[in-house]
Amino acid sequence: MGYRLTKEACDGVLQKLSLNHTLFAPKRFTGGGPFSGTDLIRYGKIASADEIVLDAKSAHSFKEALLPITETLFYFTEEQMKEPDPPAQGVLVFLRSCDLHAVRRLDEIYLRNGAEDYYYKRIREKTRFALIGCPTAFDTCFCVDMVANRSDNYDFSIEQDENANYLIDCRAADWAALFEAAASQTLAVEPSFVAATPTRVGIPALLDAGVAAAAMWDQYDGRCIKCGRCNFSCPTCTCYTMQDLFYTDNGKAGERRRVWASCMVDGFTDVAGGGCYRPKNGQRMRFKTLHKVFDYKQRFGYQMCVGCGRCDDVCPEYISFARIVNRLEEALREVKSDAAE
Amino acid sequence: MDINTKEVIKNAFRVTKARGLTASRIRVPGGHLKAEYLEIIHQIAREYGNGTVHLTARQGFEVPGIRFEDMPLVKELLQPVIAGMGINQTEPGQGYPAAGTRNITACIGNRVCPYACYDTTAFAQRLEKAVFPNNLHFKIALTGCPNDCTKVRMHDFGIIGMTLPQFEPERCVTCRACIHNCRKKSVGALSEINYRPARNEEKCIGCGECIVSCPMAAWTRSREKYYRLTLFGRTGRRNPRLGVDFIKWIDEDSIIKIILNTYDYVEKYIDLNAPGGKEHIGYIVDRTGFAEYQKWALRDVRLPAIAEVTQPVYWGGLKY
Ligand code: SF4
Ligand code: SF4
Ligand code: SF4
Ligand code: SF4
Ligand code: SF4
Repeated sequence: MGYRLTKEACDGVLQKLSLNHTLFAPKRFTGGGPFSGTDLIRYGKIASADEIVLDAKSAHSFKEALLPITETLFYFTEEQMKEPDPPAQGVLVFLRSCDLHAVRRLDEIYLRNGAEDYYYKRIREKTRFALIGCPTAFDTCFCVDMVANRSDNYDFSIEQDENANYLIDCRAADWAALFEAAASQTLAVEPSFVAATPTRVGIPALLDAGVAAAAMWDQYDGRCIKCGRCNFSCPTCTCYTMQDLFYTDNGKAGERRRVWASCMVDGFTDVAGGGCYRPKNGQRMRFKTLHKVFDYKQRFGYQMCVGCGRCDDVCPEYISFARIVNRLEEALREVKSDAAE
Repeated sequence: MDINTKEVIKNAFRVTKARGLTASRIRVPGGHLKAEYLEIIHQIAREYGNGTVHLTARQGFEVPGIRFEDMPLVKELLQPVIAGMGINQTEPGQGYPAAGTRNITACIGNRVCPYACYDTTAFAQRLEKAVFPNNLHFKIALTGCPNDCTKVRMHDFGIIGMTLPQFEPERCVTCRACIHNCRKKSVGALSEINYRPARNEEKCIGCGECIVSCPMAAWTRSREKYYRLTLFGRTGRRNPRLGVDFIKWIDEDSIIKIILNTYDYVEKYIDLNAPGGKEHIGYIVDRTGFAEYQKWALRDVRLPAIAEVTQPVYWGGLKY
């Protein structure tokens, strides 16, 4: 059912929802950018509707709600272990369509790819989603080409009308009454979805692993600084690494935690004996790219990348992932013609 | 021709090699100006000068080849440039009221540079408002960060931008970019303890390299802006030397107060027989001793709790 709410009414609903949920939304951190006098838009807890940034894309995705950046798995002493208690509250995540599609990728890896991940599951079960409508695409978005521009699996959608009132399409049966009571008007609401994006991406239909031999990857040996921003900002990257640590003032107690990892950053493919499978940045770029648009699909039947464009937004070296994907066609031809010689 | 050279110099015109010709010196606090003023400077050079303009070592302009008789016309043309840059004047249309306190220089700062810790031009303009006009020979320079592109240690007051890195451990993914960059591009103030960077507060120079290099925004800038203040660098004939650290983690208001206090100190102690009434502050401090200077400088200054005052202050430098 659709509703129109004033800002105050919307805040009232959010306040009620926050009794059982942490509200997690893209939010402006004033002065939080890396450069002096710049803000950062990333996810954080919000209390009122106007804290939700609706007119810009967040640099990092929602994924830290489901997959904490660092997560303690257990604490240990010499004799005992203790798991941290699960979060008492559920989370209500405000996110755009591409990101809602990314949730399926996270679920795929953590719930359906072999054994269920216990820690992920206990957060995921208590997570609900509010869709932020997209009246227009941002410059780097290519969700349409990745078929991630439309969603209907949200609890409610939210966007503003031209008078800064909030338009809600509530699909969650248990929350309808809440909105109903606060609404100034009941009407049919369909969240905005983009139908075209300025950035276009085409993945070759007959892409195969042979493209790994193309010369294009070498260019990134020099251009990429292996900072990992493209991975850390990506809503579909799911890798983590483990850290066992002993508290500095009591070397006999400590904790095991898992921490996000990036296939672009040093250490990711290091193995015992000092080996490293992908020492060059170009090799890492090739691995990341083919994971996003080739081998994930081979395994799960649909593309991993949802076209949010964040990797392009955050790369300090102006490396465009969209452009890399668009070069694959030619790289494929190059590899095929080399093979024919 | 009858020219009061003292008045002319005070009015920011030069007595030049060529008899009868002067040069007009134009202040640009913070070294950043609206492009429209270039058109006026162009006009002055074309109509009254010899068609050339010199970019001065202190980021101003000097228009040479002007006839002394034309000074009033030049001053009239200059008026919108002077007013537009917010320079304190005693009488509009009469040019610059002083020249002793030099143009305040600055690097490009946070309007452009990713390393900068503050808006260097805005602070330069604020200082200009506070100290100008003044006939005393003061040189003030600002730089956005410890890279010191302005080379502020060659000035009486060197102002170096700093930020106090704030750390959010939960956001750290142990990529080690901050540790690596602090070691390779800065002072090596970060070490790793239990997979996370630990900042050596004594060593850290507040350059912000860790913040710029962190992909997770685990490091962010402090809300407060901090500075390092260096004193009495000087070039020139006798005993050139680099400015030395006076206060680390000082704030903007305290810097302004210290500089204003220094004017009072110089008024009190300057050598009245100095040629042209001009004596480098450094020489005065050499005479009174630093302790006396510090007493004057810190009068009514309320430093932030984190500020570190160097004790004692020593100079080196070349002696001829
Ligand atoms: S963000 Fe850019 S520079 Fe950093 S690892 Fe990714 S592609 Fe390389
Ligand atoms: S690869 Fe880039 S565009 Fe694709 S989902 Fe990740 S961040 Fe978004
Ligand atoms: S001193 Fe720092 S802020 Fe200024 S230009 Fe140099 S690097 Fe940039
Ligand atoms: S501010 Fe500069 S010196 Fe201090 S820890 Fe960061 S990189 Fe190192
Ligand atoms: S750069 Fe940031 S994420 Fe990487 S180790 Fe340093 S604080 Fe942690």
